[in-house]
Amino acid sequence: MIAVAAIVLSDLFAVVMLFGVYSLLTAALFMNLDAVDVAFTEAAVGAGVTTVLMLASLHLTKRWEALPRHHHFPGLLVVSITGAALVYAVLDAPLLGDPSAPVHQHVTPRYIEQGQAEVGMPNLVTAVLASYRGYDTFGETVVIFTAGLAVLLLLGIKDDPRMRPGVSAIGDQVVLRSVVKVLIPLVLLYGLYVQFHGDFGAGGGFQAGVIFATAFVLYDLVFGEGSARAVVPPRWLHRLAAIGVLIYGGVGVYSLLAGRPFLDYSALADDPVHGQHLGVLLVELGVGITVFSVVLLIFYAFSGRGRR
Amino acid sequence: MTAILELLSGVCLLLGGVLCITGGVGLLRMPDFFSRVHAAGVTETLAAPLLLIGLLLQMELSLDSVKVVMILILVLSTNPTATHALTRATLHGGQQPLVFDDDESTGGEGTSKP
Amino acid sequence: MLIAAIVAILVTMFLALIRTFLGPTEYDRMLAANSFGTKTVLLIALGGYALSWNSYLDVALLYALLNFVGTIAVMRFFEYRSVTDERDGPESTP
Repeated sequence: MIAVAAIVLSDLFAVVMLFGVYSLLTAALFMNLDAVDVAFTEAAVGAGVTTVLMLASLHLTKRWEALPRHHHFPGLLVVSITGAALVYAVLDAPLLGDPSAPVHQHVTPRYIEQGQAEVGMPNLVTAVLASYRGYDTFGETVVIFTAGLAVLLLLGIKDDPRMRPGVSAIGDQVVLRSVVKVLIPLVLLYGLYVQFHGDFGAGGGFQAGVIFATAFVLYDLVFGEGSARAVVPPRWLHRLAAIGVLIYGGVGVYSLLAGRPFLDYSALADDPVHGQHLGVLLVELGVGITVFSVVLLIFYAFSGRGRR
Repeated sequence: MTAILELLSGVCLLLGGVLCITGGVGLLRMPDFFSRVHAAGVTETLAAPLLLIGLLLQMELSLDSVKVVMILILVLSTNPTATHALTRATLHGGQQPLVFDDDESTGGEGTSKP
Repeated sequence: MLIAAIVAILVTMFLALIRTFLGPTEYDRMLAANSFGTKTVLLIALGGYALSWNSYLDVALLYALLNFVGTIAVMRFFEYRSVTDERDGPESTP
């Protein structure tokens, strides 16, 4: 229902808010399916970062959607056929939670039964994400890095002389500034907690990176772009994004140099389980650093541009 | 002891729920933005800690209770700030509160812009 | 009693949603969206406890923070001109 409203409305401001609500409902759905890590990331990214970025881009473009001048029948036909094909394919899929479904048959029992013993951490999701499927996660990190790269190539971060530290669009609001000054260190602390707690509960690099970036986005919103760029200059972010990916790849290359397969963490220490712990720690650190710097970079690219 | 805690928790949850609904109804029924801010902001900022304290009394003391306290502190500090900032933004945007003059027999005039 | 509180929160969320759709000005919508977010935090906290979700308090804490940042962002981008906008210069205190 919310999706339909989001399509029908032409007030893009309301659409952005509806998208935030939609992400939240999806996160609640994931929570109900007992997928906490995914819900966490969905809430963080969908309800937080995406809403802020969409608002920033809405600030640059028009608020009201331009109504289409003519109906585009071939497009409608293609979409309808594809949609029908997708629905037909879904009808053939196994039911949710069906124990005889293919996804539960081959590798999954091994992960579930031996994950604790091999990787040694209570949170199986992090074990699968960072260790068993570490190569996939490396790909995801590189995709995030590439997205940041694309935004930088297309938009660039402008260095406007009018963005001085101390000048803020919101103005000098005492209450907001005092509360935010106290809040930001606590948010950073919470981000650190989520980063390193990923082994035991919900958490990990992706969520922690988003939380870190949110703290600095809050600083940017309240204290102004000039102050935010003075605190975290864009050059640092360029380097940090690359360093995150390099840490991840470096762990893999180190394993290669030690004579084991790429991203085999047991090469990192004498005891294989110890090596797994160390590997997951380093890898999640790389992911967190990359996500943080890319999200903040994209925000800088959008928020620094004024409306013409 | 647990009976008292249960009773206290029930009272807190009940009060919190009632305040929540009051705030929601106020949000709908009040005639003007600024009165809505009063209704929603004040009742929410009281209802949220009451509900969280009710939840706290029902759990055993553990890491979870510390997290509930953290959520409580966070909501208590950010909700009034956000409402305050919103109100300042609205004033900046030019909205004026709806005022009724008592000496007019017709019941008053509104000056808020639609 | 927990169930009653959860139902109360759901009712309030629905009322806030009505205001989001109705609200004549955008400020009403922002206020209602902020209320909706705060109620969501409470819903996750209480509902997670009732349904025994894992790590539900982490999600509630996160969403409390994101609700705040979202409200500030909406206010900042909707109401106040950026310092680099062509039309106005930096804002003075309103």
